[in-house]
Amino acid sequence: MSVVVLKNVKKSFGSLPVLHGVSFAVAKGEVLALIGASGSGKSTALRCIDRLEIVDSGEIEVCGHMVHDPGLDLRRLRLDVGIVFQSYNLFPHLTIKENVTLAPRSVKKLDRRAADEIAMQSLQKVGLAEKADNYPEQLSGGQQQRAAIARSLAMEPKVMLFDEVTSALDPKLTGEVLKVIEALAASGMTMIMVTHEMGFARRVADQVVFMHEGLVHEAGSADILTNPSTPELREFVSNDL
Amino acid sequence: MTLDFTAILARWQMLLDGLALTVQLAAVTTLTGFLIGTLCAIARRSDVSALRWVASVYIEAIRNTPFLVQIFVVYFGLSSLGFSFSAVTVAIIALTINVGAYTAEIMRAGFDAIHPGQWEAGECLGLSRTQTYWHVALRPAMERVYPSLTSQFILLMLASSVTSQISAEELTAAANFIQSETYRPFETYIVVALIYLALSLAMRVVFWAFGLAVFPRRRRLGTNL
Amino acid sequence: MNTAINSGHLVFLLNGAMWTLVLSLLAFAGGGLGGFVVALGRTSPIKVLRILSSAYVQLIQGTPLLVILFLTFFGLPTLGFSITPLFAAALSLTIYVSAYLGEIWRGCIESVPKAQWEAAECLALSRVQRMFKVILPQAVRIATPPTVGFSVQIIKNTSLASVVGFVELARAGQLINNSIFEPFAIYMIVALLYFCLCFPVSALSKRLERTGAARLRTLKAASA
Repeated sequence: MSVVVLKNVKKSFGSLPVLHGVSFAVAKGEVLALIGASGSGKSTALRCIDRLEIVDSGEIEVCGHMVHDPGLDLRRLRLDVGIVFQSYNLFPHLTIKENVTLAPRSVKKLDRRAADEIAMQSLQKVGLAEKADNYPEQLSGGQQQRAAIARSLAMEPKVMLFDEVTSALDPKLTGEVLKVIEALAASGMTMIMVTHEMGFARRVADQVVFMHEGLVHEAGSADILTNPSTPELREFVSNDL
Repeated sequence: MTLDFTAILARWQMLLDGLALTVQLAAVTTLTGFLIGTLCAIARRSDVSALRWVASVYIEAIRNTPFLVQIFVVYFGLSSLGFSFSAVTVAIIALTINVGAYTAEIMRAGFDAIHPGQWEAGECLGLSRTQTYWHVALRPAMERVYPSLTSQFILLMLASSVTSQISAEELTAAANFIQSETYRPFETYIVVALIYLALSLAMRVVFWAFGLAVFPRRRRLGTNL
Repeated sequence: MNTAINSGHLVFLLNGAMWTLVLSLLAFAGGGLGGFVVALGRTSPIKVLRILSSAYVQLIQGTPLLVILFLTFFGLPTLGFSITPLFAAALSLTIYVSAYLGEIWRGCIESVPKAQWEAAECLALSRVQRMFKVILPQAVRIATPPTVGFSVQIIKNTSLASVVGFVELARAGQLINNSIFEPFAIYMIVALLYFCLCFPVSALSKRLERTGAARLRTLKAASA
């Protein structure tokens, strides 16, 4: 059964068309890697899934929520979907633990103790338990990104979205973030990640979707990265090497 | 002629009463003004155009007219509507309306300076718009514009001297009374000016201490947002 | 007793508004001159000047304009000076404006990029030449929007002159009210007239701020 389904999704920014009819589906526990050159529409597609952008036409269903429906209950969608951004977007005035407990406390109305417990569990998952009382600016980029992942995890989402989460990091820090995501994949989390890390996609993704000029140009298992059938994907993969 | 402060200092009780009211006016209207101002800043940024419009009209009307005229409009406006409030109540209402408009512009700048990613992150965690303002935006916005807020509320305290014109018995009104009794205007206003000066310095200290309390990140790290 | 507001009253108010403008210009001229001296003092290499000008700013910015006005209007005569309400108002506004404008302009002088000072120094210009030929021309551009913005404060603050009996706009309103007792209507008209004086200046300052911010960015980029 599919947890996320996109059917013929179209989206323009003003007169600039970005998505020309994108379709793909992700099954429960599956990891989908969304790849493509910048400007191919992959980040927009991801943002449409969490309703950060509203589609012009087409359908998006996420955990039973009709995301394209104007009457969608946004808060319930966001309870089921976690998203992590390239720029971390941690709240600078809150400690790491406060960042992580904020949503469980104010959205799920958990009391302080229950929220703290969940926070410490998610921070342990990303290896940051000892940084709980630090402020974001005291952490390295990689640690901040792991904290952002923990913040999403604390809401116990059914799907996690990752939007180029390692693009702002140097290779060493990228490694520590990817390790966390890989462990998350192994634990059975359904995930969609926009990524430039081809090696990582090859290793972790169950499904790879290659976007080109606002369309799904080629899709399949991670094998398509080794044996691409379209010249565009071949060129894209070879550029990476 | 020589300066003689004895007659003025002999009336220290009167000065103290005036000072007490000035402090109360400043304290109360700092709170009410901040509340109104922040709500107006939020209205000014709202998606609802009617709210934006109402907030803009209020802000522009207040920022482009003198407080002295505002206080008369409030004073006579309320009484023509049949309300008879005490001078102190009218003073509080007028000062709140006045400083609210200035605070609205300051807080709007603070909210505007919050990175779009912060709002998005709050939204994606399932926080409502109100919760995002409260938990995510308010304190960083305040922290960014805190020096402006401090200056604005000191100006508010100084502006409270104008409420002497509707017979609120604050510090300046006390001075007016004392100088008419002692015929020592120069000495009286020198003393009162020094009290205002001390009060504005005290307010700086209070705002600094309050800042330490509400911005723990700044207290611990000492860095700007 | 005539209880309606008539055209004669309006003419009287407009006449008051004219005096509001006159007083504003006097305050701006006097305060501008004083403010320039204060700004130079605040940025001076001589420590005593810095301390004196800073103390002056602290003192004036910590005192209500109304008290400064009472001090000059009621206080100076007891010291043997005889003064008119207009003189008292112009003098206290000058004192008040010089402290605020001085502080605004100090900020502008200091926001001229450091590299400009260094560049001027490398050209072997004297300190006075550096200030007047390199820094001030740039500071003036930076200073224009906040100075225009502060002019609105000046116009509004001239209303306090009414308290010592100078017949400007607010006082004109009070005088009319004394004869027909329609305070709410009259003060609304007075407020409207102030708005007409202030709003164009506010709008101009906002527009200058927007273009000025862009200019400052290019200035910083050019000297970076």
